[in-house]
Amino acid sequence: MTPSPEEVSQLLRQGIPDAKVHVRLYSGDDHFEVEVISAAFAGKSRVVQHQMVYAALGDHMRQAIHALALKTGIPKE
Amino acid sequence: MSDAILKQIEKVVQDNDVVLFMKGTPEFPQCGFSQRVSGILAEHGVPFVAVNVLLDDAVRQGIKDFSDWPTIPQLYVKGEFVGGCDIVSEMQASGELSELLAPLKN
Repeated sequence: MTPSPEEVSQLLRQGIPDAKVHVRLYSGDDHFEVEVISAAFAGKSRVVQHQMVYAALGDHMRQAIHALALKTGIPKE
Repeated sequence: MSDAILKQIEKVVQDNDVVLFMKGTPEFPQCGFSQRVSGILAEHGVPFVAVNVLLDDAVRQGIKDFSDWPTIPQLYVKGEFVGGCDIVSEMQASGELSELLAPLKN
């Protein structure tokens, strides 16, 4: 089952506390565009930041989500 | 997941400066994200080895375990995982990719 954008947001907020999350569909119901801003990313490489997001999505990422355009960032002071 | 596949992947990544695991080939990419990254590499004029994961399901799955990364394409430079399409696109825009690839041009 493909998660809804709301479910994706919820998973990300659970997996990455304090995250500001923006999720939208850009094509069909399984192509997601996701932006995650969190202080938890500070000092981490982009690869690690993206791995944290993928981990929060768990099995969804390997199965139901066809495409995920991802942007991560650290909150500005 | 067989260790043989992971060892094979590691060898390719260690033996070549720039390796792109992609769906299809640079000439006939079969996915928009793979097409974008292979196009960016071509722009830099740096030689790279392209591995078409669609030819071998074991590689297609193995590469996801190799770097704990669930998607394809995946770019490796000098044995290190650089990222997928989003990260490579960001690095292209910021100029970081030029810096990374400059020493590897022919």
